[in-house]
Amino acid sequence: MSEELYKEMAQCIIDGDSDISAELARKSIELNMHPLDAITKGFVIGVNYIGDQFGKGEAFLPELVMAGEAMKAAVAVLEPELLKLGEAREMMGKVVLATVEGDIHEIGKTLVGTMLSASGFEVVDLGVDQPADKIIGKALEIDAQIIGMSALLTTTMVRQREVIEELDKEGLRPRIKVMVGGAPITRDWVEKIKADGYSEDAIGAVKIAKDLVGKGDQ
Amino acid sequence: MPREGLMSQKNIKTISNPKLKLEVLTKEDVQKIHNATLQIIEKVGVRFPSKRALEIWEAVGAEVDHEKKIVRVKPQIIEDAIKKAPPAYKLAARDPQQDLQLDGNHVNLGTDGCGVEVIDINTGEKRTSCLQDVRDIARIADATEEVAFHWVAVSAQDAPVEARGLHELKAVWESSTKHVQTESIYNVEEAKAAIEMAALLAGGKDKLKDRPVLSLMQCTAPPLGHDGGSLDAALLAAEVGIPTGFMTMAACATTGPTTMAGNLAVGNAEVITATALLQIAFPGAPVFYAAAQTASDLKTGAYTGGGPEDFLFGAATNVLADFYNIPLSMGAFATGAKEPNWQAGLEGAMSSFMASVVMSDMLLGCGFLHGSRIWSYAEMMMDCEIFSIVHKMMQGIEVNDETLAMDSIANVGPGGHYLAQKHTRKHMRELFMPQFMDRRPYSEWETKKDDARDWALSKARKTLKEHQPDPLDEKIGQEMDRIIKSVEK
Repeated sequence: MSEELYKEMAQCIIDGDSDISAELARKSIELNMHPLDAITKGFVIGVNYIGDQFGKGEAFLPELVMAGEAMKAAVAVLEPELLKLGEAREMMGKVVLATVEGDIHEIGKTLVGTMLSASGFEVVDLGVDQPADKIIGKALEIDAQIIGMSALLTTTMVRQREVIEELDKEGLRPRIKVMVGGAPITRDWVEKIKADGYSEDAIGAVKIAKDLVGKGDQ
Repeated sequence: MPREGLMSQKNIKTISNPKLKLEVLTKEDVQKIHNATLQIIEKVGVRFPSKRALEIWEAVGAEVDHEKKIVRVKPQIIEDAIKKAPPAYKLAARDPQQDLQLDGNHVNLGTDGCGVEVIDINTGEKRTSCLQDVRDIARIADATEEVAFHWVAVSAQDAPVEARGLHELKAVWESSTKHVQTESIYNVEEAKAAIEMAALLAGGKDKLKDRPVLSLMQCTAPPLGHDGGSLDAALLAAEVGIPTGFMTMAACATTGPTTMAGNLAVGNAEVITATALLQIAFPGAPVFYAAAQTASDLKTGAYTGGGPEDFLFGAATNVLADFYNIPLSMGAFATGAKEPNWQAGLEGAMSSFMASVVMSDMLLGCGFLHGSRIWSYAEMMMDCEIFSIVHKMMQGIEVNDETLAMDSIANVGPGGHYLAQKHTRKHMRELFMPQFMDRRPYSEWETKKDDARDWALSKARKTLKEHQPDPLDEKIGQEMDRIIKSVEK
């Protein structure tokens, strides 16, 4: 019975269907299935499968994002049940994401958020045009290990440095690690502003984030 | 006029039902070129150094100068003869599921031909071409979906001269199930033998009309001339229903007038006189127009192909072939580049696009560098990708409720993204997925510093290692060997 349900759970993630994944999550609660079992034996199997397919070049970015969204929908249903049981899903780490002040570009950052969530990170995405104090304030509030910042313009990417300088001034590094991204960001820039990590795409960002929280092998 | 295409073909990608259009010559332009052509044929004449051809011309009342072997023909004779040519027919393949339709609604890609050197697939060294190269190239072409038919890509310079064209033919047939067009059979002995070999595959000489597994391409001898052996070989082929075409390679400023219109008229006079000759001798015989006109290089006089004149000729010639209502085989992908580089990519893309947008029935030919002399496997694979890009472009933009994506647009709203939309998932595979284009993160490139050439070569190597086409029937192979032996001295 549960084997059958696990299979359906994995499949709805592979199909990227958020409606069905939420429905199956609710069904698992009705059946008294442990929420952690639903996640690890059901939904995560689908996420891993799509990830493998993507790695082989047989699945594409939209499928990856859809799987991530479907996973999120399932977890949103299951998380309150976990809390009731006094348990929590073991997370990779907590990440605060934002596009820096003065910049309203967000597709890249949003993708990074989706990929990180799908890979087991708890992600708070503040959105666009976020000043340094808001970003740092949120990181402290949730006790985040990573701040991820995006910028698309050479005129706004300087804000990334401001956030890092602010963190240094407050003595918050290396407790909080900083990863940066965006089209104008180069390795030279990353070294210049002394950020901890950098990736040119959302897939690479997951690996960097894992490295930054010391879980690069997972 | 395009007609309904074939059902799906096995491992062959052809351009059909085009959505793009280009007007390179107006109706008046074409009529002027045609009139000029007829005037050239009537007043200047065309050289036919073949006894048989001259007799055929004489019998229909053409003015024949036997000493100079020049024929002058009244327009009516030419026009009446051309009208007998079939507008559409098929090129048969060893595997009938790979038959090709020459009907004005299919662009079929072929390899280039007659190269003399090969960049060795393993060592990367340039060396003289040999029979094994003919086999290897044909086997790789067999595996690709882009290549629909073969020319004999390179010359088998280790095979005896008098039967070289036959060895090459057999080599391609045993390495591929796709249609073979040879451009290296140009005398009576070899043509007779080639027809016998083709008959083995068709199931008899009388079956060649229905299943022409071989077609013949002959070059004209510009300006305004033909090669005797080619004419005699073409007449033999036409007699049994093997599709035959004449290709002009008149080059502006050397073998043709400098101006493009004049060059088109000279080339046209060559092609349509030969075409008319075949129709007078064998009315209704399948024929095609072939051309690879270009501009000569003003510094060296070289014919390398490529350049804007080449691209324009590619589009203009099909307008002429359409005017005469016969299929066209158009030379494309020609380049003077010495390695697969910016020039090769540019010339391949432009020439293949221009010849495809007007729906040339046969598009020659992928794989060459240095003015069709040096075969490169990487170039071949990259040319195939260029063809795939053109193939995708020719599908144009479909506009309907589904493609306007209104539901998806409402779902996403301002901001956000379309990556998680079901509509995206449904249609994403319609987007072109390149094999050899670098869209990687810079850091990934930095670790390898590889590019299209490396990936194209790897693909060719992998294909050569793994692909085995359906073998040629052993008995037929032996019969072919016997025929070839009989021609060798």
